[in-house]
Amino acid sequence: MVFVDNLVLGASGSGLNTGDILATVIIFGVLLLLLKKFAWGPLMGIMQQREELVASEIDAAEKARKETHALLEEQKALLKEARTEAQTIVEGAKKQADATREEIVSAARNEAARLKESAVRDIEAEREKAIAAVREEVVSLSVLAASKVLGKEISEADNSALIKETIAKAGEAK
Amino acid sequence: MDHKSPEWVLDLGFVTLIFNLSTVMMLLVTAAIVFLIAFISTRHLALKPTGMQNFMEWVMDFVKGIIGGNMDWKTGSRFHVLGITLIMFVAVANLLGLPFAIIYDDYLWWKSPTADPTVTMTLAAMVLVLTHYYGVKLQGTGEYTKGFFRPMSFMFPLKIIEEFANTLTLGLRLYGNIYAGEILLSLIAGLATSSVLGAVGAIVPMMAWQGFSIFIGFIQAFIFTMLTMVYMAHKVSHDH
Repeated sequence: MVFVDNLVLGASGSGLNTGDILATVIIFGVLLLLLKKFAWGPLMGIMQQREELVASEIDAAEKARKETHALLEEQKALLKEARTEAQTIVEGAKKQADATREEIVSAARNEAARLKESAVRDIEAEREKAIAAVREEVVSLSVLAASKVLGKEISEADNSALIKETIAKAGEAK
Repeated sequence: MDHKSPEWVLDLGFVTLIFNLSTVMMLLVTAAIVFLIAFISTRHLALKPTGMQNFMEWVMDFVKGIIGGNMDWKTGSRFHVLGITLIMFVAVANLLGLPFAIIYDDYLWWKSPTADPTVTMTLAAMVLVLTHYYGVKLQGTGEYTKGFFRPMSFMFPLKIIEEFANTLTLGLRLYGNIYAGEILLSLIAGLATSSVLGAVGAIVPMMAWQGFSIFIGFIQAFIFTMLTMVYMAHKVSHDH
């Protein structure tokens, strides 16, 4: 029978334990408030902070990734541009070199032609001069010879003119 | 097992308060232990949690999961603190009576406070009162009153019974589990102290039952918190 007494609700008391009810509510309430102030509040704060940190880190990472991507694209474009430019430059240089070569070659050719021409002209002039000198000599010799042959003094100027004409004719005929 | 309770009667004139001093003491011990655990583990808070902070955060997330399973977090976040405190308080209270019981001069001093029906019924009633309070606060008096007539108006008497049944079952489930556990523990302890043979025979059942009681203590704390949130959700959510 003693054991059965234990199974009766509130058997140990001599009435309703109003004090216990009050104590339970007050102790639990105070504990709740204290924990909220000293433990759960700060802990929730730090968890919130971490959540925000993670979110912001993810955002930052995403942003960095996008930035990197944009930079990469930019670099790629720059590289491409530089390559094209280099090619253009090389091509231009090649063309210019070709042009310069052509120019130099043609200038040299022209120079050579000019030199040759002037040499030819010089030679011609020298020849003319030599021929003229020879003619003079021949004329004077002829006159001398004729005057000597004829023994007769004739006007040297007249004769000279006559002889020159003759020689010129002879030269043309030749 | 027929231990007396150290009672103390406080006569305030207009009302007489009867205190069971061992219950009050055990409630204070429980509260102190819970507070110390929580306080110490949240002293060195860091964004990168270590040691006890991890444990407390796990408890928080666990309770958050319980609440999240019953209502949306926008409504439920206000019950987070209540939930964590409840689960910690009830769990610690359940475990306190396990290692030993202190009986002095035939008075039972050390026990689980939750092995006292007054305590568990008070907690249950407090929870139910809170559900009604938040029901009115979040839904408005009209919606709250209409809740008693859903889904059919003839359900009204059942709904009223339900409120009392909820309170009773919530409190008595906890009390019954813990009290039964303590009764069996004290029986086994009685066997152990009866004779040498009894002591040898009691070792295995004692260990088994204490292990089981630890399990029961945590499970009951979880169930108590879980049902609190279920009843809360019934009152504050539209879709229930």
